[in-house]
Order: sequence, then structure tokens, then C-alpha cells
Amino acid sequence: MAKPLKCDLCDSQATVHLTQIVNNQIHKIDLCESCAEAKGITDPNGYSLADLLVKPPANEEVSEPAGSLVCSKCGYTQREFKKTGRVGCPSCYEAFSGLIRPALETMHKGENHRGKVPLKAMERRSYEDRLNELELDLKTAIEEEQYEDAAKFRDEIIELKKSLAAQEIE
Amino acid sequence: MLIKSIFGGKSEVTGSSTKKCPVVLMTRIRLARNLADIPFPGWAKAAHREEVLGTCLPAVASLAQMKRGITAELGDLSELEKQILVERHLISRELSSTPDQAGVVISKDQSVSVMINEEDHMRIQVIKSGYRFKQAWNAINGLDSELENTLPFAFSNKLGFLTACPTNVGTGMRASAMMHLPALVISSQMEKVVRAVNQLGIAVRGLFGEGSDASGSIFQISNQTTLGESEEEIIKRLSAVLKTIIDQEMNAREKILEKDCNKLYDKIGRAYGILQNSHLLTSSECMNLASLVRFGVDLEMFPEKTRNVVDGIFIECQPGHIQYHATETIESSKRDAFRAQYMRELFENVEKPIYSLKKSDGSDEGKDAEQEDTK
Ligand SMILES: [Zn+2]
Ligand SMILES: [Zn+2]
Repeated sequence: MAKPLKCDLCDSQATVHLTQIVNNQIHKIDLCESCAEAKGITDPNGYSLADLLVKPPANEEVSEPAGSLVCSKCGYTQREFKKTGRVGCPSCYEAFSGLIRPALETMHKGENHRGKVPLKAMERRSYEDRLNELELDLKTAIEEEQYEDAAKFRDEIIELKKSLAAQEIE
Repeated sequence: MLIKSIFGGKSEVTGSSTKKCPVVLMTRIRLARNLADIPFPGWAKAAHREEVLGTCLPAVASLAQMKRGITAELGDLSELEKQILVERHLISRELSSTPDQAGVVISKDQSVSVMINEEDHMRIQVIKSGYRFKQAWNAINGLDSELENTLPFAFSNKLGFLTACPTNVGTGMRASAMMHLPALVISSQMEKVVRAVNQLGIAVRGLFGEGSDASGSIFQISNQTTLGESEEEIIKRLSAVLKTIIDQEMNAREKILEKDCNKLYDKIGRAYGILQNSHLLTSSECMNLASLVRFGVDLEMFPEKTRNVVDGIFIECQPGHIQYHATETIESSKRDAFRAQYMRELFENVEKPIYSLKKSDGSDEGKDAEQEDTK
């Protein structure tokens, strides 16, 4: 029998002991059953200690630093991010990139995605990029009173919008 | 209604599959996926969660793989149904405790499940019995590509698939194997193994219970990192670790048989005796006894068909399943009596173990592992 340890989050006896070493950093955590469950560690889908460790200990006050960041897309705050270790929406990755990037470096094997690329998403994006480009061209053409060009751009935009819409229905 | 369809059909996990092997009970891969431009479930308002559920549930349910499967909103499930799905690894505890605007789609053979509005908009999971990462990856990759045809996924060129938690970003993939490692546990080597494996960015945890004395000697081994490597690279790295663990377990088995074969026979013989005769069994004790019998099957002390009985027990002796089989509501003390009775019935016709020294032979599994790698 191992010596009884206290839970890292409360004073109960710890029955869940976890050790992980990611990129040569040792993470050790001891939890009681109820805290482990609250943290989702009983979920057989797997969890990651890094998951728990990006969050500060529960008893530590989360202080709001001056000029804290907010995601303009979803309103998520830096404070919230520090508290939960989660982000609010896909755009948060850019809003909080100064905080997330360094964390990713220690958490993962590399900083760049090297896996699967979703083809449809990429296709959709290149359509959208092209659309933005054409709209800019159209605006310039109108400003420069190049109405023949403008008509051409407008037709192309209509075509592109049609095929984008078709994709979504598909 | 739901419960009937869960127990009525064949299941990848509890069914008698021909793909059983001594050490790896099952292989599992999950992918975290989110819709572009919509807040993640933990931060999304009810309307957004509703929108995600309304978009994803029908998209997933209409996949060919989900034909005649189960589609449900969590709010429509009873507590017992949710518990049974958790015990069968089809939904997470987290999902079962957040019933609002959450859903699940499960394939008829229970090898595929997709959770909606868990930590991410979608958690796609494929389970295969035995050691089959290649098949699991091919299956989940196909599902993911089909979903991607109709659903706009949140993706960044630099960071890959964007997820609610930065620990999942990139591939969004967690690959894991459920391993039965009784000899490493008996010979107190598990802690050493856990330490060595952790150094490689691979996590080990007991499936039922804590640390290195997990009940049933069943451990889940999974990748910890998701960014900076391709899915294939992650699986290859994990497979190499699994292969080493299999070798260690096989060596440990051989050593125990050489040095302490009476001690082992004693443990297995007692396990058999208790399963046939006990009248009160907790689920943890039940797992440990089943684990010893499974070890006995590997050593050919019991006929091969006993393996299916035992692998079923790992699922069926959990509290929710016992409650279901008891048909009427029973309290936990009565549950232990019911569980013992159920085991007595199951083991009534299992023949006495054969006690003649048989060296455990890891060569078959070694070959399988080889094939996984070179395919
Ligand atoms: Zn605690
Ligand atoms: Zn955001």
C-alpha cells in the first residue's frame, strides 16, 4: 500500500494518482475520487494532465492583469481563459495567440499542424479569398469609372456566390 | 426503447469477435471537430448550442455508417440509459451530466459514436475490438471526410483543427488502446512501465480505478500530444510503445510461470472458486477476478470461449449494467448480491482450470503488431 496522500484540490484522501512526462516535464497530480470525477478524469475517453495544469490551482485567486485581452468575435476574456484553460470560439486562437502559442510549445510535439487537411474547408476558404479580392477589384473599377471592367467583376462575383451557395446545399 | 436496441444488437465491445488477442482488448480513436465561426459548447449560448445540435445531429445520423443506429438528445435519456452508455464507452461522463442541447449518434454495431456539444461541437469515436489501429483510423478518417463535405469545420493552416481546449488542437485526435496487463501488475512492474512510457508523451491510466493497481489490471494507453505530428505519425509512435509493453507483459508472464507458478495457479484457481461460489461481489473485486480468469485463458487453463465471457464481464459487472439486468431498482448492497448471483450463473458451466505448465506464447501477438506497423 502506498502512503495515503491528500487530494491536490481538497483535503480528502487521494485515490487517483497520475504522473505524466510531456517534453521532459514531470506533471504529478493526486486527487480524491470526487475531484477526479469533477475534473472528468473518470472519463474513459482520456484526458490530459496538461489539460488540468493549464488551469491554476482552485484555491489561487485569478487576478485580472491590466489591459486584459478580449476576443472580439465571441467576447471571451483573458481572465476566463486563465480560469478554465479553454477558449471560447475558433477566433480566440488569434485573439489570445500571445498566451496560447507559448503554451502550445510546451504541450505538444511541434507548433505547426502536420496532419489531415479538410479539403472542403480549404476549398471554401480559397473561394472566399477570391470573392474578397473581386469585391475589392469591383470597388476600385467603379471608383476609377472603368465600367466595363466593373461589369466583368460583378458577373464573376455572381458566379462565385452561386457556386458557394451550391456547396452549402450539397 | 433505447436500452433494448443497445442490448438487442451485436456490439463491437461485448460481442464475440474473432479479433480477440491476449493483451490488447480494444482500440479506440476519437477526433474533436468544431463548426467554424460558432462559439465552443462551453461558452456558447443556448441558441448557438441549439443551432449546432440542429445542424450536426441530422448530418451525422444520415451517414451510411449510422443506418439503423441510435440517435438521441441527452435530455430524452433516463439516468440509467446514460450510465449504461458511459459504461459501454459510447458517451463520456461529461456529456451525460450536461443534458441541455446535447446529443449522441451511435452506429448499430456500437463501433461508432458521435457526441454533440460535449467539450467540442463534435467528438467522433471509433472503437475496434483487439489491436486494430489501422482499421480504426481508416474508419474514422472516412467518417470525418464525409462530415467535412457538409459541415464547415473550424480549421487553421497553422494550428489545424481548432478545439475548445488547446491540448487537442491540431489533429484533434486521441488514439488509445485498452490493455490487459496482469503479469506486470502481479510482479509490481506497472509503475516502472508508466514512468518509462510517460517520458514518450504517452499517458497510462487505469480504466477502472486508480494508478498502478487499477482493478481488472486494465490500462488505457493514449497519446498526449496532438500538434506537430500527423495522425499516422502519432499512431505509429503509440504502436511502437504498445509493442514494447506487450513484450514486457509477455516476459513478465514467462518469469512468473518459471519462478512462481504455484502462486499463479493459486490466484487463478481461487478466482474461479469465488466466481462460482460467492454471494457478495463488488464491481472492483469482480473485475479483478475476471482479470485472473482472462489470464488463465491466455495460459490455456480455460477454453478459449471463456475469453468472451470474461470480456463481457468487464462491461456487464459495472453498476448500471447490473441495475439493468436486475430489472427492478436495487440498492448498492443488493447489487453486490445480484452481481455474485450473475457470476455464479455465468461460471456454472465453465470447466475447472487445467493446471499444467504452459508457457505463455506472445509470438502471435508480436506478429499482429508487426503487421500493424508495416501495413
Ligand atoms: Zn478532492
Ligand atoms: Zn472567441
